[in-house]
Amino acid sequence: MDLFAVARIAVRALARNKMRSSLTMLGIIIGVGAVIAMVGVGQGAQQQVQQQIAAMGSNILFVGSGTVTRGGTHMGWGATKTLVYADMLAILRECPAVKAAAPGSNTSSQVVFGNDNWATRINGTEPQYFDIRNWPFQEGTAFTQEDVEMAANVAVIGESVRKNLFGATDPLGQTIRIKSLPFKVVGVLAQKGTSAAMGDDQDDVVLVPITTLQKKITGQDWLRWIMVSATSRQASYAAQEQITSLLRDRHRIRPEQDDDFMVRNLADMADLADQAGSIMTMLLASIASVSLIVGGIGIMNIMLVSVTERTREIGIRMAIGATERNVQSQFLTEAVVLSLIGGAIGIVFGMGASYLITKTLGWVVLISPLAIVTAAVFSMAVGIFFGFYPARKAARLNPIEALRYE
Amino acid sequence: MVTISQPAIDIAIPQPREATIRVLDLHKYYDLGETRVHALRGITMDISSGEFVAIMGASGSGKSTFMNILGCLDKPSSGRHFLDVTDVSGLGKDELAAIRNRKIGFVFQGFNLLSRTTALENVELPTLYAQVSKEEGGKRAREALDLVGLGDRSAHFPSQLSGGQQQRVAIARALVNKPSILLADEPTGNLDSRTSVEIMEILERLNNTGLTIVLVTHEHDISQFARRTIEFRDGRVRRDELVINRQTASQVLQNLPREED
Repeated sequence: MDLFAVARIAVRALARNKMRSSLTMLGIIIGVGAVIAMVGVGQGAQQQVQQQIAAMGSNILFVGSGTVTRGGTHMGWGATKTLVYADMLAILRECPAVKAAAPGSNTSSQVVFGNDNWATRINGTEPQYFDIRNWPFQEGTAFTQEDVEMAANVAVIGESVRKNLFGATDPLGQTIRIKSLPFKVVGVLAQKGTSAAMGDDQDDVVLVPITTLQKKITGQDWLRWIMVSATSRQASYAAQEQITSLLRDRHRIRPEQDDDFMVRNLADMADLADQAGSIMTMLLASIASVSLIVGGIGIMNIMLVSVTERTREIGIRMAIGATERNVQSQFLTEAVVLSLIGGAIGIVFGMGASYLITKTLGWVVLISPLAIVTAAVFSMAVGIFFGFYPARKAARLNPIEALRYE
Repeated sequence: MVTISQPAIDIAIPQPREATIRVLDLHKYYDLGETRVHALRGITMDISSGEFVAIMGASGSGKSTFMNILGCLDKPSSGRHFLDVTDVSGLGKDELAAIRNRKIGFVFQGFNLLSRTTALENVELPTLYAQVSKEEGGKRAREALDLVGLGDRSAHFPSQLSGGQQQRVAIARALVNKPSILLADEPTGNLDSRTSVEIMEILERLNNTGLTIVLVTHEHDISQFARRTIEFRDGRVRRDELVINRQTASQVLQNLPREED
């Protein structure tokens, strides 16, 4: 019997008991749907991260003070006080692969405008920071190098700060107070959205000249980070090495000691984010797969019942000349058809769920053709795996006893 | 043991198909819990092509066991079983299945049709296992249904057919792959007397074309439509004789009064 005929016969048999077949399929539908939606969320998040990292420019390096904890996550930086402005100057001077660098430090504070206030991050840096980070302005400009030299009280605000503090008022030229000091707003940054890598709101920030921050707000003269751009994406790896050896030298770190800083290449960060994203996606998919397994157990259960119910029928078929193989394929096909149809509906269901997630939660969901094909293959595998035992049982029936079965 | 040759009654039997059944010293044991049942105790018998044999006996006489072995549904514990010249006793499961599919046709007391399947599909069923194309299978099925007089009921479900009609569908199914032997286990057991005779008339017609028929029955009247009766008792053949003064089913049918509906 060719595959088509076998499949058609299986569908007929399943259609004889539509309610039962539908309920059995439900397990697979939910399982596949959940996997598709979860993988979609995971991959969407991954893509988000990649896009944001790409938007930052592919040749950026992040030099942070403090050591990296095991596992390479971003925790722990900013712990030491050894990164200084002179380091940045040295980097610019002595690392040929480096194109530009901007110093950085930060603190948190309330920012006051009129009767409103808003708690946010205050970053201190220099004007080249905005170029390095590829961050355009929606209004105004950055503060100038002169502002830095004079430690002027000027500020650039992010979109979230603007929204929460100024509302409909135009912020340009207005005065805000940071730790009771007045600052004039000279620029408003364009919206960047949530950082997919760190999870924080990139627009919730106020930037002031580094000198102003260090002298008037924090009183600390060390840096928390230096933002560096390399001459090219290729050069970023060389730049990473150059900066590392330079700083180890300047900080007098002995060969057996760890760095008291970290240099993150954006390419590294992209890889890390990718890895983290894959792990998260796999985790989500695994959890969702549990329901797929439950669905498979449901199929096995129902097929066993079906085999028992149709004992007589199996006996008749064997008497007429069906081989064990014939009987086994018949029932196995029914199981596979159940799981494949369930899988197909599940894929549609998963896509619908993903659409709902995007609509209500705003997360980006990415459903790749690969995910769909994998889901289809998986549901077929579930059908084969869980249908095997009942099919075998059917094939092994003794025809004489089967014919006598009431 | 009496070896039976062709019956003396002169009926033209054109083209006898090759089906000789031969069993030699057949024994069959069953394990029922702790006891061992010796169901067949040395059966030796020949059935020639074109014969019409009725096997009789009480329950426990071994006749059903014997039929199961004849039908290649079961294997003897010892002894030989030949179909034509093939030693069937040594064959594997798949080969036996092929024989059941092509050489043997089964008819059961309980009809054993698939419910929720049309008559035509029921009759087609053996062709599905015979590697026959769908068109060929359908064609053969229709011919078989015509042969039993149910050509106009091919789309009916068993639940829509009377007992006699269901048995006729079962007979058509048994014939669809043009077997050389028809085995019938109490084919009239669930039917009224008139329908029983109608069924026997069909079997008779088939036997007249050369089909070898072996039938199990406990009704003496039915057994008299066959040409040879064999009686089983306690796992052995007790009697094996030709039917004398045989009345054909067609004759009896003509003489039966029409049933009042």
